[in-house]
Amino acid sequence: MTTVLQESSSVHEQPQQTQVRTDTGLVNKLSVRNLSFYYGDKQVLFANTLDIAANKVTAFIGPSGCGKSTHIRTYNRMFDLYKGHRAEGEILLNGTNLLDPQVPALELRHKVGMIFQKPTPFPMSIFDNIAYGLRLHGRLSRYEIDDAVEKALRDAALWEEVHDILGQPGNQLSGGQQQRLCIARALAVEPEIILMDEPCSALDPIATAKIEELIDGLKQKFTIVMVTHNMQQAARVSDFTAFFYLGKLIEFNKTNTMFTNPAKQQTEDYITGRFG
Amino acid sequence: MKGFKSRAWGDSVFRGATLAFAVAILVLFAAVIITLWLAAQPSIERFGFSFLISSVWNPVKDNFGALVPIGGTLISTLVAIIVAVPVSIGVALFLAELAPAWLRGPFGVAIELLAAIPSIVYGMWGLFVLAPLMADHVQPWLQHYLGFLPLFSGPGMGIGMLTAGLVLALMILPFIAAVTRDVFLMVPQNLKEAAYGLGCTTWEVVRDVMIPYGKKGIAGAVFLGLGRALGETMAITFVIGNAYHLSWSLFAPGTSIASTLANQFTEADSDVYLSSLIELGLVLFVLTFIILGLAQAWLRRSSPMGAQ
Amino acid sequence: MTRLQRRKLINHIILGVSGLAAIAGLLMLVWILSDVFIRGIGAINWSFFTELPAPPGMDEGGLANAIVGTFLITTVAALLAVPLGVMAGTWLSEFGRDSRLGSVVRYFSDILVSAPSIVIGVFVYLIIVKPLGHFSGWAGSVSLAIIMLPVVSRTSEEMLKLVPHELREASLALGSPYWRTMLQVIYRAAASGMITGIMLAIARVAGETAPLLFTALNSPYWLESMNEPVGNLTVTLFNYAMSPYDDWHTKAWGAALLITMAVLTVTLFTRLMLYQRSRH
Repeated sequence: MTTVLQESSSVHEQPQQTQVRTDTGLVNKLSVRNLSFYYGDKQVLFANTLDIAANKVTAFIGPSGCGKSTHIRTYNRMFDLYKGHRAEGEILLNGTNLLDPQVPALELRHKVGMIFQKPTPFPMSIFDNIAYGLRLHGRLSRYEIDDAVEKALRDAALWEEVHDILGQPGNQLSGGQQQRLCIARALAVEPEIILMDEPCSALDPIATAKIEELIDGLKQKFTIVMVTHNMQQAARVSDFTAFFYLGKLIEFNKTNTMFTNPAKQQTEDYITGRFG
Repeated sequence: MKGFKSRAWGDSVFRGATLAFAVAILVLFAAVIITLWLAAQPSIERFGFSFLISSVWNPVKDNFGALVPIGGTLISTLVAIIVAVPVSIGVALFLAELAPAWLRGPFGVAIELLAAIPSIVYGMWGLFVLAPLMADHVQPWLQHYLGFLPLFSGPGMGIGMLTAGLVLALMILPFIAAVTRDVFLMVPQNLKEAAYGLGCTTWEVVRDVMIPYGKKGIAGAVFLGLGRALGETMAITFVIGNAYHLSWSLFAPGTSIASTLANQFTEADSDVYLSSLIELGLVLFVLTFIILGLAQAWLRRSSPMGAQ
Repeated sequence: MTRLQRRKLINHIILGVSGLAAIAGLLMLVWILSDVFIRGIGAINWSFFTELPAPPGMDEGGLANAIVGTFLITTVAALLAVPLGVMAGTWLSEFGRDSRLGSVVRYFSDILVSAPSIVIGVFVYLIIVKPLGHFSGWAGSVSLAIIMLPVVSRTSEEMLKLVPHELREASLALGSPYWRTMLQVIYRAAASGMITGIMLAIARVAGETAPLLFTALNSPYWLESMNEPVGNLTVTLFNYAMSPYDDWHTKAWGAALLITMAVLTVTLFTRLMLYQRSRH
């Protein structure tokens, strides 16, 4: 597999051209083209272009404020909630541009699940936490819901721990269990892509290890994009890594290559801890 | 994308409905003022501006002026503020800074309970307990030592402006104390620590850091108490005496806008009588609106959260 | 005396005065409550809760109709004000947080919270009692509801704001519409705080007298319809206390005891709940 890097001949050249992974043999799930983002008048993403491979884990790294979270939150149009937040460019999922206002956000979010920094169990039972999403998207029979809840909990490696306490409130679980509950909730509606915004930042090392193990198994079925500030984590779990700095996609490559032989000086400085 | 269909109308309906009720609060406010204004027209047309400065109140001849109730409202409120403000700032300081941590919770709850007692209970207590006490002990004492002042002249009968002001003070004290405490608690800890670090005593930290930092908020708290005192009805009606004249003496009975309304509204038998009472209500509403408006503006500026 | 000694002395004096003020506040509470209790307890007996008012001079009779009336007027007021207030609070918290209209609504709500309740009574008299031509329990409920509305809306707003934003995003990220997110997730998360605030608001209006004087009026008879004057505790208390009869005074103290206990129990209970929550 080769990666073609389109080097900018000069840093002054505009627009800042970013890199597209163009290896064949992999199916692209998402194609992001010239994605720019604005908070009101302030531009925070600058023409990001990259492809997300299906059934792989893609990690976004970079110092805080670099735009990696903003970037990921365009994939399910979370920014729609906020006045003055605006995205330009294209994000193609199965040939449809997600940023097109004609695409309804609710259905989009059905296909693009999201896990947040802090676990977000809803104030209801473990069972209802998962059934909530299922009930949103169709009329299922009692049995179908039971089955789907069990399947999601098994997929999230939580079933063994909670199968006899399904009626208890979700927020009484431990932090790591809560996060797996949230993953199960996202899995239950069978999305195509799962976005994870620093999913382990609020967890201890043991809970983190469990989630990482889980992510590795999940990519059989799902395409995963995760934001992390932890470079070891990116190195451990991801297949591809994108490095962002000040809203620009600086480098995008196979994780192995990126961490052993980064193409850009900025990337090398960051991953060797010289700034950030 | 195939299979996408819009379900956004549900959210539009939800948003619209909640907006309607939020706006309803503004509409309600406007409706109160407009309704009172319209209903007060007979009185406004007949007496004009002189309504506000006339001290006549004669239902038999249908001749009305608001000076006595307005004056009574202001005097009783002034007495209340003079008594309540220093005490409530003391209480607030105690609750926010001086009391040992284990005492703050229970003491705070006690002050809030004091604020929760219905005003009619204050009024009744004032009539049956405080007024006799005033007549038998406090007023004779005041008269003996301060009787040369016109404020404390004349016979003390228990009920009157002074007692009304004291009952009011008791009522607004917990409000002012609770809000002031919250203002003090909002002073950043590191600011206080910096002052303590210089070797300041507790009082010096309060005087030089906490009070200057929270002065807008404290002013807001005082005006909040002022607004409540102006409009308070039941605590006053029992003890103010319901007499339609102004006197220099705080011992003399008087009346306030709210107690005039409470006593006479259902008895008003002519249009002019009723609309004069309504105009009194309008005056009261506008007066409290100004005071509370200032209070809220100051409280808002003193805290990012706004005031409760 | 050195400068340091003087500073310390001033410090102690001020701290002492402030502590005394706090203790005085506490003593006032004890004083008022004990008076209400001692004078009121004599009136509390079985017939107080079961019988109709008796004429002065007769040692029997009770305030049963007024107790029922106050309960009904307050309940109807809550049924009116709570849904409307929660909706308004929802808009303030969810949609109007940083908007100009939001801060205007907030400002006027806060003023309305402390607006003179007797003027609200006059307002309801003008819009309901006068057009219909008679006093009624409904009118009483409406005036209490108007007093509750801004309290409920501001409390709901504050409680909804305490729900972490991630919870909304997590639900929306599942493809849930906003209204469903609110109904099934966010209200639930804010429920205990909102209920606490609503209980405090109900306790507050249950002790209100002034707005009932020209709306619900009062009545010594059993309630037959909310469409006529309804006997209630606070106005009865007012009338009895202002009367010249000793036995009515005793009944008034009994009514004061009952109202005070009810209001303080709810307040204490909800405050303790809030206190416990804030310690988590």
